Amino acid sequence: MTEIAFVLNNKKISVEAEGATRLLDILREDLGLTAVKEGCGEGECGACSVLKDGLLVNSCMVPIGTVAGCSIETLEGLRNSDEGRCIIDAFADSGAVQCGFCTPGMVMASIALLRVNAHPTIDEIKVGLSGNLCRCTGYDMIIKGVQLASERGEGIW
Amino acid sequence: MKKRISDSIRRVDAFDKAGGITKYISDMDFEDLQYGRLVRALRSHARIKSIKSPKLPDGYYFITKDDIPTGGKNEIQQISNDWPVFVKDEVLFYGETVGMLVGPDRQKILDLEDAISIEYEELEEAFSIDEGLALKSGKIYGEDNCYGDYHLNKGDVKKGFAEAVTVFEEEINTGYQEHVYMEPQGLVGYYENGKYVIIASSQCPFYIKKAISPVLNTDQDNIVIKQATTGGAFGGKEHFPDIIAAPLAVAVDVIRKPIQVVFDRKEDLSFTAKRHPSRGIFRTGLDAKGNIVAMDVDVTINAGAYMSCSNIVLQRAIFSINSVYDIANVHVHGRSVATNAFPSDAFRGFGAPQGLFLAEMHMSHIARNLGISPVEYKRRYFMKKGDTTITNGIMHDEVKLEEMLEKVYAAGSIEEKLAEYTPGSGRGIGISFYQHGAGFTGNGEQEIIKAKLKMLKHGDGNVEILLSNVEMGQGLQTTFPKIAAQVLEIPIEMISCDNPDTSKVPNSGPTVASRSLMVVGKLVERASRELKERWDEDEEVEVLVNYIHPEGCEWDQATLQGDAYPTYGWGVCAIEVEVDPATAEVETKGIWTAHDVGVAIDEMIVHGQVNGGVIQALGYGSLEKLDYKDGKFQQNTLADYIIPTSMDFPMMSSQLIENPYENGPFGAKGLGELVFDGGASAFADAVEYAIGKKVYKIPVTPEYIMEVKNRD
Repeated sequence: MTEIAFVLNNKKISVEAEGATRLLDILREDLGLTAVKEGCGEGECGACSVLKDGLLVNSCMVPIGTVAGCSIETLEGLRNSDEGRCIIDAFADSGAVQCGFCTPGMVMASIALLRVNAHPTIDEIKVGLSGNLCRCTGYDMIIKGVQLASERGEGIW
Repeated sequence: MKKRISDSIRRVDAFDKAGGITKYISDMDFEDLQYGRLVRALRSHARIKSIKSPKLPDGYYFITKDDIPTGGKNEIQQISNDWPVFVKDEVLFYGETVGMLVGPDRQKILDLEDAISIEYEELEEAFSIDEGLALKSGKIYGEDNCYGDYHLNKGDVKKGFAEAVTVFEEEINTGYQEHVYMEPQGLVGYYENGKYVIIASSQCPFYIKKAISPVLNTDQDNIVIKQATTGGAFGGKEHFPDIIAAPLAVAVDVIRKPIQVVFDRKEDLSFTAKRHPSRGIFRTGLDAKGNIVAMDVDVTINAGAYMSCSNIVLQRAIFSINSVYDIANVHVHGRSVATNAFPSDAFRGFGAPQGLFLAEMHMSHIARNLGISPVEYKRRYFMKKGDTTITNGIMHDEVKLEEMLEKVYAAGSIEEKLAEYTPGSGRGIGISFYQHGAGFTGNGEQEIIKAKLKMLKHGDGNVEILLSNVEMGQGLQTTFPKIAAQVLEIPIEMISCDNPDTSKVPNSGPTVASRSLMVVGKLVERASRELKERWDEDEEVEVLVNYIHPEGCEWDQATLQGDAYPTYGWGVCAIEVEVDPATAEVETKGIWTAHDVGVAIDEMIVHGQVNGGVIQALGYGSLEKLDYKDGKFQQNTLADYIIPTSMDFPMMSSQLIENPYENGPFGAKGLGELVFDGGASAFADAVEYAIGKKVYKIPVTPEYIMEVKNRD
């Protein structure tokens, strides 16, 4: 076990863990951050998406050892921010949410996209969401949700 | 002015789900939680000679059939009770439950699992439909390995064939499909105040209660099932949670601590039930003008090692085998075949997608053989109000396929494109027609389920809807309260409809068969009307309503004759594709749909169902290859079982036709499965057009297209 210090949702924390432990497990089990979902555990579905130094990653594929000194953002840290509220509202207004299991990951992917491209085209949105699987919606309404957030969220990203 | 019921509102569950606030089963906290993992027999057909378990550390348990409480049965009470909780002596499929390891540390459990050794006597295996029918591995079920063996006769097929000038024969197949609900299977069980409590990600809380009661040898009143918010299901959480709940309940009985069983994705893909593979062998008689004078179809589905719901799946498959067409003389032979494959089970559409795919492709093939456009040929046979159904019932619906087709043509400029693209040019458009009998097949609703529903008005004016149907993404926790709000003329915020708990809600039946909104929603409407009348009667008012079967809808279960469904949803789907001449990769260029769902209770929710259903069906038709070899599913990660991503298909056009159904709330009909029914055949039809050759199976992968293109 080693002590690993990092910034989680803008607060400095440190955890005692084996370096190979998945970031996903640390977040969900040690820290109780259950907005981060486990859909596959193999980096395919994106339900466990978080931002690592601003980049979208699957937390099931990130050993905690590689997080030392990094900044991690989860939906818990973003859902009450201007960005988080904007996307969550836009998703709700667009019909982007059905069973909801993929949605937290989709919200994270949308934030990651809009931060680098505040006015994405449909094709750019599709690329931005392509690492996140959804089995309910067929994606159209999620894409519309991102468009709506882009329209409403001028200057917040 | 009162709003239209169809006008969209924000879903009541959207905000909490999108914010990650909603708790799913694996997000819940329990004191002293233990973890359970199923230990499986890794043989498809074998006799177990011995099971050797290492000495377990303190706090770890290996639960087996010997732990079933006194008087309890080693069988899960489903439609049939042939599926045991734990293997009895003979293993019938790869992955069958032998026991459950339980303990506080998941890694330790995995280590212990590796140390359990099972000695087998290997037996002959039968995996395919033909091997099952040939009794290759002996008698798995009955004398002939047919769980169900049905014949349907409409008109006079013999006389029809006598008039035939040509007889066209062909075989068409469909493959397995995995649900891939994004939340894997998961349950938690514990013992509290003398009751067994199971919290489950599931569609049918009352099914679980019934399934495990004989196992525990306890009255159903001593079992409480609470539904956890369910992260997708699609039929995969209709019966399968019973299979996990039964050994879990035995473990809870022994250990008396909270135990969680949550599958990881690989386990879920490897060891849960899939959509039934199917085969249709058609023999169709045509007169000199190419008109169908007789059709004889042999339909078989691979049901696997236990019966589960396969016979009802088979019924829906054969009732769908003429798609939306009125064919005068038909004979259908349908069989659900026992094999040593993993038992197949419910999946959105429940046999209809198979039957409809077989039917649509066959009709297209007849048309192409005759040199007629499939759409023109199919239109000749469109079912109309008053026509006779395949079970000799009456089509009570106004059928609006022509209007729907017109809308799809206009939206997609289909006429112009068909004029421009020639068959074999690499570009093509496929069009499918489909219907879905809304609600249970046959007598399920009136004879078996007998749904009940309760509504309560509290002193503060808030209203509670008590029912057993679950929100699993399809929007019921919004649409049920919306129906009540419209009737009661109160804000929807004053109406609650929580996840069901079987100790609190009446049994309004399972969340299956596109019945919930139509049948149970009607009960909500009726109860709301009664509540409105009695509103001022008292501080608290309770209303209880029972299902009433629609008049003029007669059915004989013994002969499978009459009105198999009270009404039907209808659909038209057009798909445009471009096939790469070098790689045979298919790019879908456009998707245009029109659906008759009666009246939409919420248009946004309906369009969400359409979009999700059509894309899932396009996955079924094009991407989702699931091979079964030596008893094992060959694709067991999401890296090799490929479902559609946001990049795979274009955004679609979705139009609705209003056609109110008098026995549905505000005229609504069931739709959750309908929207799955047409995507696969429209895709395959489009590929046929583009490559100028016929396809006979799904998924239509690039590899299969190559094979077809090289065929003479």
